Amino acid sequence: MSDHNYTPSSKFGKWFNDRLPLLTLANHLTDYPTPKNLNYWWTFGGILTFCLITQIITGLVLAMHYIAHADLAFSSVEHIMRDVNYGWLIRYIHANGASMFFLAVYIHIFRSLFYGSYKAPREIIWILGIMIYLLMMAAAFMGYVLPWGQMSFWGATVITNLFSAIPLVGESITTWLWGGYSVDNPTLTRFFTLHYLIPFLILGLVVLHIWALHVPGNNNPVGIDIQKPSKDTVPFHPYIVIKDLFALLLFMIVFAFFVFYSPNILGHADNYIEANPLVTPAHIVPEWYLLPFYAILRSIPDKLLGVVAMLSAIFILAALPWLDTSKVRSAVFRPLYKQFYWILVIDVLILGYVGAMPAEGLYLLIARVATAYYFLHFLLILPVLGKIEKTTPLPLSITSPVLGGSADLAMAKNIDVRKEKL
Amino acid sequence: MSDKKKPNRRDFIFTATAAVGAVGAGAAAWPLIDQMNPDASVKALASTEVDVSSLQPGQSITVLWRGKPVFIKRRTENEISEARNVKISDLKHPEKDEDRTQNPEWLVMLGVCTHLGCVPLADKGEYGGWFCPCHGSHYDTAGRIRKGPAPTNLEIPKYEFVNSNTIKIG
Repeated sequence: MSDHNYTPSSKFGKWFNDRLPLLTLANHLTDYPTPKNLNYWWTFGGILTFCLITQIITGLVLAMHYIAHADLAFSSVEHIMRDVNYGWLIRYIHANGASMFFLAVYIHIFRSLFYGSYKAPREIIWILGIMIYLLMMAAAFMGYVLPWGQMSFWGATVITNLFSAIPLVGESITTWLWGGYSVDNPTLTRFFTLHYLIPFLILGLVVLHIWALHVPGNNNPVGIDIQKPSKDTVPFHPYIVIKDLFALLLFMIVFAFFVFYSPNILGHADNYIEANPLVTPAHIVPEWYLLPFYAILRSIPDKLLGVVAMLSAIFILAALPWLDTSKVRSAVFRPLYKQFYWILVIDVLILGYVGAMPAEGLYLLIARVATAYYFLHFLLILPVLGKIEKTTPLPLSITSPVLGGSADLAMAKNIDVRKEKL
Repeated sequence: MSDKKKPNRRDFIFTATAAVGAVGAGAAAWPLIDQMNPDASVKALASTEVDVSSLQPGQSITVLWRGKPVFIKRRTENEISEARNVKISDLKHPEKDEDRTQNPEWLVMLGVCTHLGCVPLADKGEYGGWFCPCHGSHYDTAGRIRKGPAPTNLEIPKYEFVNSNTIKIG
């Protein structure tokens, strides 16, 4: 099974592989030993790859019809929707695809948080993932600006103005970003260029993300190190490939529901009004996937500190492998962490909800409490919990609790007994 | 370990080469960075003249200057006295009303919230002036920040009265 021993069967294959070992790579990816207890939360890596490729293909097509100019952008998008053959379909796939991409990435991230996939020796995978997430947010934001509707324009104004909070050079930086004294045509053309570039940067980081994953191999629901290959693993193909494809199919049903039955439900009606620099819409809200961070920004009554808090909320994730001091990866064996994990999930959902509400009265109070708790979770609860928590015993292997020995009920649930027959 | 090695001729050449290379790379990068700044044609969009003869006290208009809205408000006696009777020490960004107007009746300022750049709404908010719908900043009748996340008062652009009916902004 070792990559280095692989020899192609055909003579041409051998000739080629000696010069460019692509077949060795393909063989590695096929035979790649994968823990056999991976559950469906592990299928979102494949789903995310699908999302990225979908966005690149539909985006490429849209770019053939879109015109990046302040006077023409809005009507060129309407042209795509009304005139271009299947333009409506491609644009709705692209627009809802962004939401589906974030839905999948949030599940993927929270899966890592639950099963401790960010812990040693997988810190680099995690940090690469956070970089991908940051680029996704940049791409989504700039993509949202391109239709040049009211939400596009004022979203762009608010987000670029975040940089004006930087002391001393803030004003110069925003002017530089805009290419003028306000969001205008130069801003639109550069956002289009960057929006086109970023997915390919993400693609490059995805390759590194998977490469880094293939060094230690997958984490698993039990979170213990396993022998590879062994009785605890199955080859990636066909076992994981088929499971991933089945999960992808289910995901595509949800995707198709949005595209065909409620393509605008995740957007804002204001974005069907052309950009007007004289009128700000009464209620500016970012897309749903940015709402928790928006709530954090608004919960702090100081411009600079608000921006700092919002950025810290994202960057704190990169430090997570060192903030979580527990040696046990999976929350299955961490009775206290498991509870705090779910509190964090609820906290982020609350932040998302108040982010969509007006920043006043009770909403503001809730946003402040939820913001405080968010930072408390990472800066205080996680470091302390690792030191004081009494974890339940870990099994020696994935197989042992099923075959007897130190069986743990919570654990046994996570194991697909049927695979034992393999 | 051995003593510190004395830098020799080769070390000097390495350092000098790297320094020249760094300066060259910086010089090559600058045009690529500066091309994003506003060019001369954008900077040259100098001034706008506005006829304000039709404004009655209490009315205001919004004009576009350098891509940004400018509020021109003809204030009522009440609004002026309200703005002038505020204790300066109560203000987040202390500025006298007298310093924000050339003629107390006319308030001319950028309609851009100093928080994150939205356009505040007129005659709204708790201080009878402007209210920014984006993140809830309240401005008073002199456009000074009174409540909310905005750090400073609404900015006053350079302007002058060409005659009693015309204001030149910029």
